[in-house]
Amino acid sequence: MKEILSGNEAIARGAFEAGCRVACAYPGTPSTEILENTVNYKEIDSSWAPNEKVALEVGIGASFGGGRALVTMKHVGVNVAADPLFTLSYTGVNGGLVLVTADDPEMHSSQNEQDNRNYAKFAKIPMLEPSDSQECKEFTRLGFEISEQYDTPVMLRTTTRISHSKSIVELNDRVTGLPEPKLVKNAAKLVMLPGNARVRHPLVEERMVNLAKDGATMALNRLELRNPAMGIITSGVCYQYVREVLPEASTLKLGMIHPLPTELIREFAAKVEKLYVVEELDPFIEEQVKSLGITVIGKDILPVCGELTPGRIRNAFGLPEPAATVAGKLPGRPPNMCPGCPHRGVFFALNQLKAYVTGDIGCYTLGFMPPLSAMDTCVCMGASIGMATGVSKVVSEEERKRVVAVIGDSTFLHTGINGLMDMVYNNSSATVVILDNRITAMTGRQDNPASGFTLMDDPTHNIDFPLLCKSLGVKHIRVVNPFDLEQTRRVLQEEMARPEPSVIITDKPCVLVKREGVFVKGVELVVEVDKCTSCRVCLKIGCPAIEWRPAEGKKGKAYIDPLLCTGCDVCRQLCKFEAIGRAK
Amino acid sequence: MSGQITNILLVGVGGQGILLASEVLSETCMLAGFDVKKSEIHGMSQRGGSVVSHVRYGKEVFSPIVPEGEGDILFGFELMETCRSLPLLKQGGTVVANDLRIAPPSVLMGLEPYPEGLAENIKAQFPDFLLVDGQKLASEAGNARAANTVLLGAVSKRLEIAEKYWVQALEKMVPQKALEVNKRAFLLGRSL
Repeated sequence: MKEILSGNEAIARGAFEAGCRVACAYPGTPSTEILENTVNYKEIDSSWAPNEKVALEVGIGASFGGGRALVTMKHVGVNVAADPLFTLSYTGVNGGLVLVTADDPEMHSSQNEQDNRNYAKFAKIPMLEPSDSQECKEFTRLGFEISEQYDTPVMLRTTTRISHSKSIVELNDRVTGLPEPKLVKNAAKLVMLPGNARVRHPLVEERMVNLAKDGATMALNRLELRNPAMGIITSGVCYQYVREVLPEASTLKLGMIHPLPTELIREFAAKVEKLYVVEELDPFIEEQVKSLGITVIGKDILPVCGELTPGRIRNAFGLPEPAATVAGKLPGRPPNMCPGCPHRGVFFALNQLKAYVTGDIGCYTLGFMPPLSAMDTCVCMGASIGMATGVSKVVSEEERKRVVAVIGDSTFLHTGINGLMDMVYNNSSATVVILDNRITAMTGRQDNPASGFTLMDDPTHNIDFPLLCKSLGVKHIRVVNPFDLEQTRRVLQEEMARPEPSVIITDKPCVLVKREGVFVKGVELVVEVDKCTSCRVCLKIGCPAIEWRPAEGKKGKAYIDPLLCTGCDVCRQLCKFEAIGRAK
Repeated sequence: MSGQITNILLVGVGGQGILLASEVLSETCMLAGFDVKKSEIHGMSQRGGSVVSHVRYGKEVFSPIVPEGEGDILFGFELMETCRSLPLLKQGGTVVANDLRIAPPSVLMGLEPYPEGLAENIKAQFPDFLLVDGQKLASEAGNARAANTVLLGAVSKRLEIAEKYWVQALEKMVPQKALEVNKRAFLLGRSL
């Protein structure tokens, strides 16, 4: 049976077919949909972990217990999971373990574009890279087999273009006859103390040598001889671009990009006249080919930054460009917080109070954009609180009062909580705002330990933030309604002035939460045109439901789109002329 | 390769239903026996940003994204976004666009006007340009929200795929209660 699947859907299907029992992840674009699809297979226990390190540890446990486990994350998530990963390389597995790293060249939805192929080399782990959805499915299945055969975790690397592109996939049944999971003691392999780890390390080195040798005959590395004048080593989506743009070129298509099949590379290099490597981001393959003493062209002509496209490859190889069409100068269309978003009023207040806001990763990062313009830093998941502590340590007493950390519920539970622990423990101080909107919103509304439900939609404990902060030792904890501008501003002002750690929790949900009863739409607001004085104050919150109509009246009037307005009431509180009211 | 591959771009604003339209289109291509690939970026773009979906079909498709300047058909759900993606289209390509303007943040805030003369600009560069009042025709079909399907119908007429595959794809992808309206909307668009 054939279906059109995205790379992520195909990975989930591959895990199902491979007999995978446990799938665990923290959501992150472009990896999120993998777990949103494994959850559709009742044979797989799928769950959201609070962060990537925990997700990998759950996977490791499942593997040690003898079950096949899939763990998925975005590229920067692997940084969080790196600690267990490097030692997992030494222990190896019992049940197969596949770790998906979904990289984001071009930073479509990320803060950096690190090339996670380097992790495979660094941690001495084999890495597979599919080039379409069919391969996503096959390589996932193969990953579990290689994992068990070579006693190693296997990394499967996708990029945004592979994860989010769809192509036709042939479906198969789930394998049967895998060994039943059970507890087996094997301390020499699984207890990584120095004495045991010293024994394991040489086995890791031996495994990688064997994989490099065996790679020459693995079907996932494919030598395709066409015109011998030009030979291109490539993998992933770049293979598709090369076939598109340079259909006559010979290719060595690598499905396993670490360790490289050195003998196959030598064979290919000997058969072609001029050798190239076409790869996105770092010269990962290129440098290794060069270290074999083989002359090759790569980053001399191709960019290191950003993703490749057929056009960029066409450019690099000096092929003719199609005649250009002019789009003309157009206003940009950046993403924006939704109408009724509970974050909007908080950022408006922070802007008014001239706060220096250490920010974090989530929808609320959009608070840096005008007109709110109220975020000053964004580095990584959970960084806001530690950074607020650090900034407070160095600036003057007067400036310290302006420092506010802002973090979402899911991000706080991911790695922000450690920052708060540190702030209290070390007698530091700053104001921390936890924007609790009951969901992991930016990646598309995933549940988390504070939303009351699991990925499999089972009701569960719902973390009590005030109680949690109290137990960490925070003395000043305030809960505010972010749609009440006066209260939000007053509480922020009071806590910012306090020379102790304080936490302010906002308690209104994301408007996109679909679960019944969480978000309730209010009565929409309308502008009473007669009372509107054209002062434009309501435009300062950047709500997509409010439109400036320059042709209305003498100086223009504001208009509220009734289809978009959720009745959050923030704009009504801004209007001093009472020109905004409830629709009747 | 573009001689054998048909390249379609679906563009508009996040939340307009572009992904569903490109799913129906891809499914139709597969049902008609073609190889098909589709690609788009989601994530940040969901929050009201620009969306571009690429669909390519033919005997064997390699790249999931349309090579720059090789698009055959630009299927625009919003006028400004249609203009923004013109450079992806080949010279002499076809444009089918919904006559709809959605103001971006800078326009909503009164910082700049929504650009004038967009349709004229498109027509000047791409004579094969069809501007459709999707909402109006969809209302005639029974529901203004089926505007995308009207446009899909208009695009379908410009592709050499039999009507039955389109109908099959709609039947598979559109929820039962909205199916009849969408079929009517599709056929109305297909008659343009």
